[in-house]
Amino acid sequence: FYLTPPQVNSILKANEYSFKVPEFDGKNVSSILGFDSNQLPANAPIEDRRSAATCLQTRGMLLGVFDGHAGCACAQAVSERLFYYIAVSLLPHETLLEIENAVESGRALLPILQWHKHPNDYFSKEASKLYFNSLRTYWQELIDLNSGETTDVREALINAFKRLDNDISLEAQVGDPNSFLNYLVLRVAFSGATACVAHVDGIDLHIANTGDSRAMLGVQEEDGSWSAVNLSYDHNAQNEHEVERVKMEHPKSEEKSLVKQDRLLGLLMPFRAFGDVKFKWSIELQKRVIESGPDQLNDNEYTKFIPPNYHTPPYLTAEPEVIHHKLRPQDKFLVLATDGLWETMHRQDVARIVGEYLTGVHHQQPIAVGGYKVTLGQMHGLLTERRARISSVFEDQNAATHLIRHAVGNNEFGTVDHERLSKMLSLPEELARMYRDDITIIVVQFNSHVIGAYQNEE
Amino acid sequence: AARMFLRLLSDVQWRAAHPKWRRMTSSQRSTSTTAEPHPVSLPAQAQVVICGGGIMGTSVAYHLSKMGWKDVVLLEQGRLAAGTTRFCAGIVSTARPVSIELKMAHYSNKLYQQLEQETGVQTGYMKTGSISLAQTQDRLISLKRIASSLNVMGIPCEIISPKKVVQLHPLINIHDLVGAMYVPEDALVSSANVSLALATAASRNGVQIHERTSVSHITVQKGRVTGVETDRGRIECEYFVNCAGQWAYELGHSGEEPVHIPLHACEHFYLLTHPLKEPLSSSLPTVVDPDGRIYIRNWQGGILSGGFEKNPKPLFTEGRNQLEIQNLQEDWDHFAPLLGALLRRMPGLEALQIMQLVNCPESFTPDMRCIMGESPTARGYFVLAGMNSAGISYGGGAGKYLAEWMVNGYPSENVWPLDLKRFGTLQSSRTFLRHRVMEVMPLMCDLKVPRWDFQTGRQLRTSPLYDRLDAQGARWMEKHGFERVKYFVPPGNDLLDLDHSKTFYKPDWFDIVGSEVKCCKEAVCVIDMSSFTKFEISSTGDQALESLQYLFSNDLDVPVGHVVHTGMLNEKGGYENDCSIARLSKRSFFMISPTDQQVHCWAWLKKHLPDDSNLIMEDVTWKYTALNLIGPRAVDVLSELSYAPMTAEHFPSLFCKEMSVGYANGIRVMSITHTGEPGFVLYIPIEYALHVYNEVMNMGQKYGIRNAGYYALRSLRIEKFFAFWGQDLDAFTTPMECGREFQVKLEKGMQFLGQEALLEQKQNGVYKRFTMFILEDHDTDLDLWPWWGEPIFRNGRYVGKTTSSAYSYTLERHVCLGFVHHFDEKTGEELVVTPDFINQGEYEIDIAGQRFQAKAKLYPFSSLFTQRRRKDEVELSGYQRE
Repeated sequence: FYLTPPQVNSILKANEYSFKVPEFDGKNVSSILGFDSNQLPANAPIEDRRSAATCLQTRGMLLGVFDGHAGCACAQAVSERLFYYIAVSLLPHETLLEIENAVESGRALLPILQWHKHPNDYFSKEASKLYFNSLRTYWQELIDLNSGETTDVREALINAFKRLDNDISLEAQVGDPNSFLNYLVLRVAFSGATACVAHVDGIDLHIANTGDSRAMLGVQEEDGSWSAVNLSYDHNAQNEHEVERVKMEHPKSEEKSLVKQDRLLGLLMPFRAFGDVKFKWSIELQKRVIESGPDQLNDNEYTKFIPPNYHTPPYLTAEPEVIHHKLRPQDKFLVLATDGLWETMHRQDVARIVGEYLTGVHHQQPIAVGGYKVTLGQMHGLLTERRARISSVFEDQNAATHLIRHAVGNNEFGTVDHERLSKMLSLPEELARMYRDDITIIVVQFNSHVIGAYQNEE
Repeated sequence: AARMFLRLLSDVQWRAAHPKWRRMTSSQRSTSTTAEPHPVSLPAQAQVVICGGGIMGTSVAYHLSKMGWKDVVLLEQGRLAAGTTRFCAGIVSTARPVSIELKMAHYSNKLYQQLEQETGVQTGYMKTGSISLAQTQDRLISLKRIASSLNVMGIPCEIISPKKVVQLHPLINIHDLVGAMYVPEDALVSSANVSLALATAASRNGVQIHERTSVSHITVQKGRVTGVETDRGRIECEYFVNCAGQWAYELGHSGEEPVHIPLHACEHFYLLTHPLKEPLSSSLPTVVDPDGRIYIRNWQGGILSGGFEKNPKPLFTEGRNQLEIQNLQEDWDHFAPLLGALLRRMPGLEALQIMQLVNCPESFTPDMRCIMGESPTARGYFVLAGMNSAGISYGGGAGKYLAEWMVNGYPSENVWPLDLKRFGTLQSSRTFLRHRVMEVMPLMCDLKVPRWDFQTGRQLRTSPLYDRLDAQGARWMEKHGFERVKYFVPPGNDLLDLDHSKTFYKPDWFDIVGSEVKCCKEAVCVIDMSSFTKFEISSTGDQALESLQYLFSNDLDVPVGHVVHTGMLNEKGGYENDCSIARLSKRSFFMISPTDQQVHCWAWLKKHLPDDSNLIMEDVTWKYTALNLIGPRAVDVLSELSYAPMTAEHFPSLFCKEMSVGYANGIRVMSITHTGEPGFVLYIPIEYALHVYNEVMNMGQKYGIRNAGYYALRSLRIEKFFAFWGQDLDAFTTPMECGREFQVKLEKGMQFLGQEALLEQKQNGVYKRFTMFILEDHDTDLDLWPWWGEPIFRNGRYVGKTTSSAYSYTLERHVCLGFVHHFDEKTGEELVVTPDFINQGEYEIDIAGQRFQAKAKLYPFSSLFTQRRRKDEVELSGYQRE
């Protein structure tokens, strides 16, 4: 069984998406040229999600990848809702008032976000009302709290993350009279998701990360080579600070049982996540909610299972770690990806592959006839060969697709091996998960000229 | 290598052989010191200053001096003929689809042929002939159309078989060809040397030429050119000619009052090779393979081959840029598809050694036609630029027409298709130009089919109803930047996509337009005609009436509320514009003209109206949305909406009244439809447009109202024998020649422009007559459709060309309109054309070489339609041009 190159391509490209930011949108010049994103499922259905949107009432753009576990419900909910929470957290008081008044009087709402979605990136229609009500409660509280201070992006990000996780938890506790929705909010709360979100506004880049997805900056050195700068820390057992933090938050008696086999309570890989109420709620609350919940929930062994050594919840938080970076002209691109990528590729390789792809280094040196004796036929042959080479390496129109091709198909020499690629992609569903994880990638390309100009202004 | 090539092409020859003009300009110095910069100071004043020493500038100087204007200074920022002209491939080709361009190329060819003899400068002129290849049947049709028009101009030309192609040019692979066109008199020249020859002749005639002199800007006072500022001082002048080639746009924008010259440069590549083992003969014909996007000529025993790629590289969008100039390098990867096409066409060249890939920017214009004429805003400011890579073919003819224009006030041919005033400021955005030329350059090689619309630079000017109409299936075309509906595709109907809809035969919208026409005839249709140019002219006293009476041939001293169809004529009685004027009050007039008249008509009025602050003229085009209600039930719809009687007694034909429609007040309703059908045009202040449209559509429902587009309008007006300005009517056509004497009031009690010429014509008769032809043996489904520009034959002899055509759904026949001349059989001299001459002939129309019998009708006619309406005779006007 063997996939032909066009078949491979159709699999790799099924979820690719590109967005080019207009150079000037009427308000400001964007430091982002555009972004490419793509995802390759290993789970069926895929548990990763991605989001991208432009903030319409404030400046900037939001991009994020979300890695779900124990189902995709939580990742789906976070991918739909988190950016609204962030956007609302960033809004000035007057805009919040304006929006609230519009809702109150039934007028049309100011649009808050402009989404950039692949047709496969869907939003749940059924839950939109419920989600909206929770969001509205949030902004109403923000209005009441009016501190009069301008909103700090770092704080806004942290508040938004925490608030959304809180709402997910609350909605599951309260339940919903509609049985479909009731089951949905429970699934969202009992599954989990990590999130790695970038907010780009001019040269201010903020990364808010919860869990083990990763943000990486591609930097071009003066000699043209590529290097990688991490803009997030993984929240898992490999991160000493994270292990330290968890231990600090619980009594010494639990020290040994807290992290087992590199997992939280021996069960969970990421040390921070949305949802996962099994690691957040008290045992009583869990039992009460499950018992009053629908039958499907009661029948599910995973949800009913209480983690061992579960004494002092919560063990898990959705609070992100925020890193602020001032973009420089040498910062050419940003890669946001779920751990599916980072498990297979080193960040240095990621930086090099994307960097070379974006700058088209492989487009070789231009040909010049100069003083050589070249015939028309020779030149034609040479050009045809060059084109064939370029098209095989650069058949991808999308940097994220290109990266996935390498992540899945790279041989030991670091070049794409078609046979390997074909094998990996033709694995039956039940085997795929053993060889690779879901991969979701967003590659954001920066406009160095604009960034340079911003720098000069400052 | 680059330097070597340049010398090969020109430098050595002209410097050594022809220092004559140079000596004349550098009076004290000997010819050996030609390298010395600026030997003579600039004159303080001159009648004419020309900027640009390429083929255009030198050709204008040559022709001006020949016509007796000798006080001319030509300025060149570098060296003569060193810009695009030097790099030009040097092909003189007459195979042009647009008739005026064909005439220019024909003249250029004749001029270059005798130039060496006239000036003593070697021009490298060689009559090689050219072969245009067809890989498809459609291409062959388009070649046959060109061949027809070349033949009637007396230019030898034949359609040949692939076998014949091999006989003419042994290297050509003919396996994929269906035919070709051979033009034996096409030629090759060294373009730089042609330029130098023209400069030499001009210089002998007294033109001063100054190299290394840059023009910084032009000064204009009170709307007239007063002088030119250069890096070497100022020259006072009456006339300035911008022949700055690809820099013409920038130069136009350098002054205080910008002159918009919409052109944009693209990189253009061609290849030069070493000679073949057995060097190619210099008389071998030039080969054009449009389907392969390439041209190939012999060059010094080897070949020169370039082309027009699908993915052009525009440059200098942000203006002159040293970086981009330096980066103009060979780009072989970019050239690869053209090289592939070359080797497919001439496989025997594989072993031929490459000399160089030349990258020479060419400038392109938004509609593929060159730009000439006078600025609408600065009198005395002339332009000749934007040659779309055919500079050498057009150079001679274009220079001649422009010189005539300057000396006589107008060229000897109708050059409206090339007139700078066909553009406005709206075509001069850099973004627009950049996008448009990226579409235009590939089109150089694409098939030119009827009803082609540009796809870039669209949705610039739109009616407020645009979205409404679009949602109802409107398909759009563009005129002067304005989106206009072609027709409405009913839900469920699928038309072919753009590329597949290209055809010379029956188009896929045939039935759709047919049903719109039927609805116009039987019920009522709405056409959005907002694009028309609308001016308001008013005055405190009688100035408006008096001035307009002088400028228009019909009598405008009519009762308030009357609409008058009238021509705006030039001194020779030709139509500068054809419009409808409503008298709104004693002292104010509302004037409606064709869409593309916005710039030209404004400039004409500005030029001719007295400079009187009590006379106010305003362009109100943007203020009104125009809805044309066509059809017998229009009267019912409108009277229900306005609660006013609209019948002929209350609202006669050619009447204008302000009234309310629905809730909206102040709607200008005119009883004209531009089609000869009954109905009204509503001029609606734009904020009411949507309301009135909705009301009309709601009320119209019970009368079977529907939307219609310009294609329906066109079919209606052509079957009623209505002429369009810009298509049928031009500055060389008088009302007498198209049966419109009734729109001229020769005795209106005062003089008007063109009156003398018309009186003379009335006395002596006309030399051409506008005639309608109904095709007899033409099968609409199977035969090629007429377009325009088809030769007309009377009793087997060529008598003229068609100017427009349409299928008449009423007659179920094709109708062509065109002019019939009477050429003396022996001398070819033009004779008077009488109605009898028209009526007594047997006619044929030549569509791509195939002749169809046609019945000729003169205006006015009576027998065509059974139900004749009296007002048909009164209303005779149409503005649309496809």
